[in-house]
Amino acid sequence: MTTVGSSLRPKASRARGSAKAGGASWRHRLRRDWPLLAMVAPVIVLLGVFHYFPTLGNVIAFQDYSPYAGIRGSDFIGFANFERMFSEPAFWSALLNTLAITAFQLVFYFPVPIFLALLLNSVLSVRLRTLVQGVVYLPHFFSWVLVVSLFQQMIGGAGLLAQTLRSNGYQAVDLMTKPDSFILLVTAQSIWKDAGWGMIVFLAALSTINPALYEAAAADGANRWRRLWHITLPGLRPVIVLLLILRLGDALTVGFEQFILQRSAVGGGAAEVLDTYVYYQGLLVGDFGYGAAAGLFKGVVGLVLVLLANRFAHLVGEQGVYSRS
Amino acid sequence: MTTQPVTLPRRLTRRRSEEETGRPVWEEEPSFLGRLSKPVVLGLVILLVTFPLYVVVVTSLSSTEAVTRAGGLVVVPRELTVAAYVQLLSGGVVTRALLISVVITAIGTFFSLAITVLAAYGLSRPGSLLHRPLLFVVLLTFLFGPGIIPSYLVVNSLGLINSYGSLILPTAVSAFNLIVMRSFFMGIPGELIDSARIDGAGEFAVLSRIVMPLSKAVVAVVGLFYAVGYWNAFFNAMLYLNDNNKWPLQMVLRTYIVQEQVLPTGAGGVTSTGIGLAPAPSLAIKMAIVVIAIVPVLVIYPFIQKHFTKGVIIGAVKG
Repeated sequence: MTTVGSSLRPKASRARGSAKAGGASWRHRLRRDWPLLAMVAPVIVLLGVFHYFPTLGNVIAFQDYSPYAGIRGSDFIGFANFERMFSEPAFWSALLNTLAITAFQLVFYFPVPIFLALLLNSVLSVRLRTLVQGVVYLPHFFSWVLVVSLFQQMIGGAGLLAQTLRSNGYQAVDLMTKPDSFILLVTAQSIWKDAGWGMIVFLAALSTINPALYEAAAADGANRWRRLWHITLPGLRPVIVLLLILRLGDALTVGFEQFILQRSAVGGGAAEVLDTYVYYQGLLVGDFGYGAAAGLFKGVVGLVLVLLANRFAHLVGEQGVYSRS
Repeated sequence: MTTQPVTLPRRLTRRRSEEETGRPVWEEEPSFLGRLSKPVVLGLVILLVTFPLYVVVVTSLSSTEAVTRAGGLVVVPRELTVAAYVQLLSGGVVTRALLISVVITAIGTFFSLAITVLAAYGLSRPGSLLHRPLLFVVLLTFLFGPGIIPSYLVVNSLGLINSYGSLILPTAVSAFNLIVMRSFFMGIPGELIDSARIDGAGEFAVLSRIVMPLSKAVVAVVGLFYAVGYWNAFFNAMLYLNDNNKWPLQMVLRTYIVQEQVLPTGAGGVTSTGIGLAPAPSLAIKMAIVVIAIVPVLVIYPFIQKHFTKGVIIGAVKG
């Protein structure tokens, strides 16, 4: 969501304080700026300890890691963990599941916030818009546990749907434990939870489109559909491309909590994604080096995907996630 | 166009003005289908969100007999009672988990907000020493995550397993929130800050007396994001807490609602009459747990909702 772009661009022209933009000595600047550095310090320390340090800890992917020996005491075994991983059918199945779910959500989830935003944008009553926004943003603030609980109560084996079917003499269905339709279920959950929230960016983009464009188009005889096609959609294009890129860059992450919560109900065949695979192989089985290898694979491929997607965005002339500086 | 037959009712002949409808004069009137489909779709969307919440709340407030008669979840409220809540909140697993969640959320939010405000301000003064490399350190965290296993090992080696610190420290900083706040701070006119500095204010004074009072909206939004994050945190608890007695509410929710395990006896759900005789907790009690997990979000939500668009767009579009 965040455009890293403008923040990385040089701001040197707006040198602060006295006019010593380039001239102030290091020592002088330290004396002037130490309170600022002290303010940033806690965050940097926390990121160092809980983000950068563990990142280095990924070396155990190349080790026969033993918790008792630690990183220093464990033997390096090169790429053996990775070789084992690539020969493991369970790993490929998790990878395929992840990609399938991403592709499915790209087709069936991605357009929903755009559609909702277009629909809501065309509602003229401000009060009605505020009401709808207030309601549809809400599920974004629920935890996945809560969302899964609610779905279970609605369409699960003991849920409202099954209960209604049963009392009317039909066969009850339990949509929460069906591996075949699991991909539909998780997409529906994602839409329920986050489609409304995803709308917010599109609404913002819509509000920046100059209304005079619509009036001019109408004067030229464009009907509402042509105005949508020639004004609204081009106005949304940068945001759509940006979010599409972010989604593609995140193709290997489909949401850990949602899957770990439902894995036991539908079984690993359908619900195993890379994140849950890492969790089960690494922590529950206790095979740390192997789990770290799978996690590292995911991290590195994810990073490459983000960079590639961004390069692609520049090629098609959009600003992308971060700009070339 | 001007010679409409006078016999038709006025509303069919006269084009309603822009003041009346909010619709620009050049725009065509919606077709019958358009007029119909919009409320239907939007109504359906609202219903999809609110109906499950409604059913859960009504069931949690229903008596055991009403639940039995409905054969499960209750849609039509009858015989309302707060018995389930009284039972849950009079000590036991849920009460304890609720307390833990509230305290973790309060402490965590305060801590996260404090360090985020400080860092956002520290990185928002253009041209200050090292601010670009430090900003880069923050931004780089967007590109990759350290992975579950190495994170676990670090938390483990710091001795945080089974401690409440493991629920707060690893996720205390959100780079996203930090950038949102920094963008907001950078939008504050530099002249304002310079004038305070001329009056002799140090950085801390500038932050607390000038910047903070101007940034209430963004602080509220970021605070809500952190609070919701801590309240909803389930992953850290699952990973780092082996001790059931330290579970926050989300873990209780998972164990007793999603996994449908039976509440331990004497835990506010069931009165134990002997081993193996404890009945499954009633549906009303289960739904009351769900409601307890929702309520705090519902309570703070309306106060902060109006700031969302502003706060989120700053972070998402401008960067």
